[in-house]
Amino acid sequence: MMHSILLIVMMSAATVLMRFLPFLIFEDENHTPQFVIRLGRELPSAVIAMLVVYCLKDVSVLSYPYGLPEFLALGAVIGLQSWKRNSLLSILGGTLIYMILIRLF
Amino acid sequence: MNERLPKQKQMLHAFRKSIPVMAGYIVLSTGFGILLREKGYGVFWAFAMSLFIYAGSLQFVGVSLLTYSASLLSAFMTSVMVNARHLFYSISMLEKYRNAGVYKPYSIFALTDETYSLLSDNQIPEGCDPAFYRFMVSLLNQSYLIFGSVLGSLLGSALPFSSEGIEFSMTALFAASLTEQWISSEDHLPALCGLFSSLISLLVFGKDNFLIPEMILITCILALTGRRERT
Repeated sequence: MMHSILLIVMMSAATVLMRFLPFLIFEDENHTPQFVIRLGRELPSAVIAMLVVYCLKDVSVLSYPYGLPEFLALGAVIGLQSWKRNSLLSILGGTLIYMILIRLF
Repeated sequence: MNERLPKQKQMLHAFRKSIPVMAGYIVLSTGFGILLREKGYGVFWAFAMSLFIYAGSLQFVGVSLLTYSASLLSAFMTSVMVNARHLFYSISMLEKYRNAGVYKPYSIFALTDETYSLLSDNQIPEGCDPAFYRFMVSLLNQSYLIFGSVLGSLLGSALPFSSEGIEFSMTALFAASLTEQWISSEDHLPALCGLFSSLISLLVFGKDNFLIPEMILITCILALTGRRERT
């Protein structure tokens, strides 16, 4: 019981540390290196691309159904988003298509 | 400057923004609550973990840390490895949260993958206080996660319908954000860099160890391609 509580404290502490560390290091606006500021501006797209890959890391493309439900649904999300620019629609549409596809394959 | 909307109106905007995360978070955390209960940890544990850790994937890892009674040091190190990517989120929110006042500590604490993905487009509805709006989106997202984990813990696996596949909504959220950023940005190098670094790291280091090498790779590529003109 006590050990379990301490485990949760450890997980919480590590997570909080990761989230606060950059703010502690670069607390002073005038002493934040230009490189870090630029990195901060360019990271969003790079990191979100990383998250897409991270979500798909367990998909096995070498065995049936070769990740087809994932890739088709992903295509639907990208298509819907480019067409309507409405993320709620893209997410609902893509998820619905995925849920149908995994029941068909 | 424009007039500020009343707080309730701003909260409504934040709620609207948070809807894409709501379904995914409730479903994921219901699964988390069920899993935790199966391992013998009841509703108090589900609530506490969603409140204090509040990091989707780490909470699932946490279930096995608890079950196998890991050492405190390995729990800490595992959490650092799993959540190191949050360093990136905070770096890119440095400028936005620096002057967020009373909302700053919680907004930083609650910067999960999904919240970051929603807020990184930097679109603040007209008439909203950016700090308050971002704070509310973060708070709503965490409340969905807490709600779901408590629900899962209480209901157990007695859910009346099959929601298999609904977890794809998180992937869809990231894919939609990426598409939107691709369309609205002139500079596609960061997105391509993230995509290729992930794929290369995944192939070289395997799916359990690829995040940290990848973060190093992304940083190096963005550093080397610096001094580009920005539009």
